[in-house]
Amino acid sequence: MFRLPANLSGRSYALLLVILALAPFILEWANQPFYLDLLSRALILGIAAISLNLILGFGGMISLGHAAYIGIGAYCVGIPSYYEYYNGWLHLALALSVSAIFALITGAISLRTKGVYFIMITMAFSQMVFFTFLSMEEYGADDGLVIYSRSEFPEWLSMDSGVSLYYWVFAMLLLSLMFTHRLVHARFGRVIVGSRFNEQRMQALGFNTYRYRLTCYVISAMMCSVAGMLFGNFAGFISPDIMGWARSGELIFMVIIGGVATFFGPLVGTIVFVMLEEFLSAITVYWHLIFGVMLVALVLFGKGGIHGWLSSWDRKGADHG
Amino acid sequence: MDWNLLVTQLMNGLQLGLLLFLLASGLTLIFGIMDFINLSHGSFYMIGAYFCGTVVAKSGSFITGVIVGLIGVFAVGALVEWLIARKLYRKDHLDHVLVTFGLILIFDTLVHLLWGASGMAIPLPDVLNGQLSFGGLVLPTYRLLIIVAGLLVAAILFILVTKTRLGMLVRAGASNRTMVEALGVNIDRLFLVVFALGAAMAGLAGMLIAPITEASIGMGNDIIIVAFVVVIVGGIGSVKGAFYAALIIGLIDTLSRSYLDRLLMLAMPSNYAETAAPALSAMLIYILMAAVLAFRPQGLFPIAGMK
Repeated sequence: MFRLPANLSGRSYALLLVILALAPFILEWANQPFYLDLLSRALILGIAAISLNLILGFGGMISLGHAAYIGIGAYCVGIPSYYEYYNGWLHLALALSVSAIFALITGAISLRTKGVYFIMITMAFSQMVFFTFLSMEEYGADDGLVIYSRSEFPEWLSMDSGVSLYYWVFAMLLLSLMFTHRLVHARFGRVIVGSRFNEQRMQALGFNTYRYRLTCYVISAMMCSVAGMLFGNFAGFISPDIMGWARSGELIFMVIIGGVATFFGPLVGTIVFVMLEEFLSAITVYWHLIFGVMLVALVLFGKGGIHGWLSSWDRKGADHG
Repeated sequence: MDWNLLVTQLMNGLQLGLLLFLLASGLTLIFGIMDFINLSHGSFYMIGAYFCGTVVAKSGSFITGVIVGLIGVFAVGALVEWLIARKLYRKDHLDHVLVTFGLILIFDTLVHLLWGASGMAIPLPDVLNGQLSFGGLVLPTYRLLIIVAGLLVAAILFILVTKTRLGMLVRAGASNRTMVEALGVNIDRLFLVVFALGAAMAGLAGMLIAPITEASIGMGNDIIIVAFVVVIVGGIGSVKGAFYAALIIGLIDTLSRSYLDRLLMLAMPSNYAETAAPALSAMLIYILMAAVLAFRPQGLFPIAGMK
């Protein structure tokens, strides 16, 4: 049976947030600046995974093209910077509006389809974006684009140092977690979750499910573009590679490891994914093999991802319906 | 107008179209009959190329390489169906995407383990390496061979699907799987054969292209997306649809790359046209797919009775 996941203040997750909030200090004290970089990357991808989970987990819309919005967000930093427009608000506004427009157009077409067709059409649209950037010689094409300086914000909001960028990412992460939570528990979210399970019933209740889903799709895309905007700043180098369809597959993987349709699942999944990637690739060049086997095993034998295991520990002995 | 160039480009488009058909025909059947999304279908394309290349290097004969490679890919396909895909048909599409994405990682790494990270060149026998000239036209023999081979396989597949008992079951399965099962057909075996045959055809496409591009890790991961576009445009489950759609998309993709800039120059200043053309030509097939999905979601050549 599906039920809305427990509220935001699950104890283990609260602890996780505290650790993440203190991470720069802990890592500074341990003299491990490298891990702050790794964690920043994980949290940026975490925002993307949370945004994907909104449509994929709660809405049941399986998008295999979500990485396109990371790309759009990143190039909304890269291209203005190329012309020496460094204003951060401009970058953010561009990322949000370009992704919203693109999501509105492609979503309006994609959401007319269902199931397999939706998966394929989202992938096709993301390939379209991919090839567009791939063919733009002016912005580096497949050689990529170097972003020489980070988006400029007022002094107290600056993201120039590693730690301040980390807190930017962390703040955006908190924002997207809270936003998702509010959204899913509001009437809007009930309609989205409801139409995932029985669209006809929601329509019979008088909801225009198409509009709700489209709105949800656009919101998710905008959220993801923020992750892209942060990624552009974080990496300092972007190429179409960040929005290839394999990236979109990885995003789905992150959501699934953590647990679909849960609030913290995508975040935990992403952190696990990025850490595994880091440690496994240090051990062997063949680490993709381990990832592949994990993916297959997760689907064939796993239940509900990490969140599922955690909550089955929590519920041990208790009644679970 | 350079007619020689036009003919060459038409041949290239035809060649791409036929390779796409070899990939998409298996994909569309697996899609239509088992309702299974196989992202890792492109891995068979890669494995075919590596099998063939290895045998060619050992035996020195391209034909032997192709035959042994076909048997090898058929076996790998059967194994994947039996061990993994079979357990997933009744699960939802998200599970298909995840598992087959995992399979791509597994196959790519296994190829890396077995054959190393650098690509593998496949030498062609001298007979195939030359050129044929027709009047003023000079065409590479091997490209002609790909086209002939592609058309031949397409013809065999048509006969197989329309004239044989296996084909009858395949068509029946694509229209109404439940009914076929209810009539007492051994559906497990049918699925196994369809899956492995699809894999072998994808493998053949890989073997045919490898002497031109050489075999490399992940070579199937881009073309498989285009093959999915073919499947959607042609109509899921329809081999005939896959054939026409593959040719249309092969030609559009090839011709737009070389002629779109000139076409755009008629409508806009040439420097804009030169910038816009590459982007637009890369997007064209996806725009086609989006248009098909928006206005004719069942595809251009849907099979009768498909839900």
